[in-house]
Amino acid sequence: MSLDMFRDVAKPILAGFGITARRLRRSKVTINYPEERREQYERTRWRHFLVRYDSGLEKCIGCSLCAGACPARCIYVQAAENTDKERYSPGERYAVRYEINMIRCIFCGYCQEACPTGAIVLRHDFELANYRREDFIFTKEMLLEKYPGQANECYDRVPTIR
Amino acid sequence: MPKKIETVVLHDSSSPVLGDIQKGGNVVVTTVETLLSQARANSLWPLTFGLACCAIEMMSTAGSRFDLARFGSEAFRATPRQADVMIIAGRLSKKMAPVLRQIYDQMPEPKWVISMGACASSGGVYNNYAIVQGADQVVPVDVYVPGCPPSPDALIYAILKLQEKIKKSKAKTFGDLRIIEVNARQLEASKR
Repeated sequence: MSLDMFRDVAKPILAGFGITARRLRRSKVTINYPEERREQYERTRWRHFLVRYDSGLEKCIGCSLCAGACPARCIYVQAAENTDKERYSPGERYAVRYEINMIRCIFCGYCQEACPTGAIVLRHDFELANYRREDFIFTKEMLLEKYPGQANECYDRVPTIR
Repeated sequence: MPKKIETVVLHDSSSPVLGDIQKGGNVVVTTVETLLSQARANSLWPLTFGLACCAIEMMSTAGSRFDLARFGSEAFRATPRQADVMIIAGRLSKKMAPVLRQIYDQMPEPKWVISMGACASSGGVYNNYAIVQGADQVVPVDVYVPGCPPSPDALIYAILKLQEKIKKSKAKTFGDLRIIEVNARQLEASKR
């Protein structure tokens, strides 16, 4: 009787705990997100940036090809002529208004592919959640790099966990 | 020998955080309001409302790699009666909208809504006859999460934003405190 008890009850329980005990030796898989970040893949597409040339001039020439390629129709571009006094981009025209509706954007990266000058890029910054709808219309001031190379800083950031 | 620098974190007294106060000593003095908002913010039970592909990322958030349980949201409830926050994960079709509204109405107060992903927040690429262009046309949304779908990290960020919002919220009436749930219809009847 007691032997049956051991075979039918205690043995399976011990075998079950054995699996748990073996698992304890393995490293933990959880990423403690706000404190540590996982490594993003190099071509991860999140927040958009409008990039500048090293000279500080904007790459965007206001051609609206990104707006045409966008499947969600979330980009609005208004172009204006460059003058010699007020020069924003090397070409004839520049984007005087450039707006992306972040809440409608699906981060497909077609705008990045369509851009002839490589002006719009998608980078790793994923912390975009917010409280109000109005805050999701990203204007040109928000999208444009403050200085050349700001968009690529995400590649230098070392992830705290792999 | 390097000079030891002690960092002093000054705390804004207008938005007290219980955890920070506790470090000071053994006695905690707080208001019912703060205590309630802390309790509410740190035990948000989400309602499973997976409508489309975003639900996969929502499930992944609850999994061991991202582990939503770290923020007190481990218990995904299948019934609205036991849920605090509704995560609308996926495109909301016009046929589903009344169902969503009914389930929202069935949730006990206080309740919050996270609109997850481009489709739930604005319709996304589905600008057509079948999809509601933004879940906020049906229910009040507290936090919007862009992305298609948002990665689990992005959803956790949204939940942290929601916790921030709950911790900051101040009760203006006794109804806002809502320690005991009041049936809205009974309240209406008693006023008459």
